[in-house]
Amino acid sequence: MSAIPNAGVTQVAGELIATRRVGAYHHLTLVAPGVAELARPGQFVALAVGGSTSANLLRRCFSIHRVSPSGTYGGTVELVLAAAGPGSTWITELPLHGQVDVVGPLGRPFPLPNEPVACVLVGGGYGSAPLFWLAEHLRERGCHVEMVLGAASEDRLFGAALARRSADGVTVTTDDGSAGTQGWVSDVLPEVIRRTGAAVVYGCGPMGMLRSITEVATREGAVAQVAVEEAMACGIGVCMTCVMPVVGNDGRTRMVRSCVEGPVFRGDRVRWDAFADGYCVVPEDAVGAPPASGGH
Amino acid sequence: MVDMSVTLAEAHLPNPLMTASGCAANGKELSRFFDVAGLGAFVTKSVMSAPRSGRGTPRMAETPSGMLNSIGLQGPGIDAFVEEDLAWLKSAGARALVSIAGSSSGEFADVAAALRNSDSFGAVVGVEVNISCPNVANRGLVFACDPLASAKVVALVREQLPRDIPIFAKLSPDVTDISGIAAACVKAGASGLTMINTLLGIAIDTDRMRPQLGGITGGLSGPAIRPVAVRAIWQVRAAMDQGRFRAVPIIGVGGVRTGRDALELVAAGASAVQVGTATFNDPTAPMRVLGELEALLEAKGYAAFTEVIGIAHGQ
Ligand SMILES: Cc1cc2nc3c(=O)[nH]c(=O)nc-3n(C[C@H](O)[C@H](O)[C@H](O)COP(=O)(O)O)c2cc1C
Ligand code: FES
Repeated sequence: MSAIPNAGVTQVAGELIATRRVGAYHHLTLVAPGVAELARPGQFVALAVGGSTSANLLRRCFSIHRVSPSGTYGGTVELVLAAAGPGSTWITELPLHGQVDVVGPLGRPFPLPNEPVACVLVGGGYGSAPLFWLAEHLRERGCHVEMVLGAASEDRLFGAALARRSADGVTVTTDDGSAGTQGWVSDVLPEVIRRTGAAVVYGCGPMGMLRSITEVATREGAVAQVAVEEAMACGIGVCMTCVMPVVGNDGRTRMVRSCVEGPVFRGDRVRWDAFADGYCVVPEDAVGAPPASGGH
Repeated sequence: MVDMSVTLAEAHLPNPLMTASGCAANGKELSRFFDVAGLGAFVTKSVMSAPRSGRGTPRMAETPSGMLNSIGLQGPGIDAFVEEDLAWLKSAGARALVSIAGSSSGEFADVAAALRNSDSFGAVVGVEVNISCPNVANRGLVFACDPLASAKVVALVREQLPRDIPIFAKLSPDVTDISGIAAACVKAGASGLTMINTLLGIAIDTDRMRPQLGGITGGLSGPAIRPVAVRAIWQVRAAMDQGRFRAVPIIGVGGVRTGRDALELVAAGASAVQVGTATFNDPTAPMRVLGELEALLEAKGYAAFTEVIGIAHGQ
């Protein structure tokens, strides 16, 4: 379907070839030729839902769990999602061999360290989905990899068993104590960073969690690389709905598109102070910010 | 083969399909999916004089067959726009229909002047004047709701641009009499009209019991508003046909997702069609709609696109 060579992205009619329940989530495998070959850990795909006359026009974006460029059916892409609204519900109800329009891979992947340093990979809920694939890439480079997985309860953890294969060490936390240590990932993270001497902490999950991962990592002298989950309408950089305040190399804050400049950001560049109660405001010192209200 | 070419005032275009302002960024992003030079024109995101951060988030809410947006005209400002975005469009061989905005009529004129003075002005086939933005001097009332304010903006922009560059006033459907605003713009020197911009709406988050958008109100777009666009185009075309003001070309926009949708706007009186929100659903939508429209005209036995402009009137 896509016509432009070397664009680094493709649009294809994906075909669902496998689907599986994992706790509270759905694990889907799609044949999406072209996407798998290009994708890197941390990138995402944007799916259209409901077919060509759908009343739900906005794309649904999902982090890629893993890819197999040369499966029996051609390249496959695996996703993990929760049926939260009408769009994701439609996807989880697709019949086997049903079709879904896929655009991807999109966004910037997790940057990988040049040296074989120790890394901690932290995932909240199904946010952990891309971390196993990332772990493989890191271990190929000789990095020591530990994972910290957290969720509200055991059925909302994703990949605890998988983690034991993908990482050199795994710590699990749940809010209710139904699995692992009772508490949050940020409770156990300082000890894991110190014990492993980690230089990089990778995070994926809800905004509040990414903020605390960044705070802990910074305090412990590690760099945080976090993949954000912002609401996206297009996923390809044309709608400007997915912006968030991020500090650039020049030290100035801009409202940048998380679908093209992200979804992975250095945690210490994100203006977490602007997020509260489901809103994100434009910081007063951001480039092009409206003059502070209250008159002049 | 259907002749798809069309002339909009002084602009000669190979076909009538365009992106819609704010729904396609400024070209690079969509060029990963299709050749932007294949469009009749590439309509850029409304640009103001200075860089603007836009509003906080959430900036969007999905609604039945559409969406609400409150972007707040985020953009790089005209200087960075001409240096980077317009230069890129020029190098890509695209025909740019540049959308400009302002919070005062003077700002519109300044933006038009900076555009005219830019090195890449050769890529510009026209200027779209987005008067659906708040007029600071009139307590934030949008220019497009006031015939006098609209006319002033159009006249000031007209003065700044060479005669062979057509200007299109982009109208808001949120008015009592859209033909009255259209008449004021045409009399002030608009070479054509673009309609419609989004309709004002609010969505409530019933879990949190508060407006879903950070900016509270947003603009409604998508297939849900197509009948409003068809109605607005119809009324203004009819007013021109009745001689209420000079007949000028109309660029139709609002809810177009397929070639059939585009034909609806054209049959109501539009000489060109923009595809906005549908691009979020399908990045290739503007080019796909062009192909579908051409195939539809071919199947119906038309030799030229221009034969169907306004054809539904007086049938
Ligand atoms: C996210 C978004 C941003 C928009 N930004 C602009 C803009 O900057 N200037 C403008 O004139 N119209 C803007 N519009 C309006 C569109 O150009 C178009 O008039 C409207 O969306 C109706 O067309 P559609 O239903 O095809 O989207 C925007 C629309 C959307 C959805
Ligand atoms: S989701 Fe549309 S610009 Fe990022």
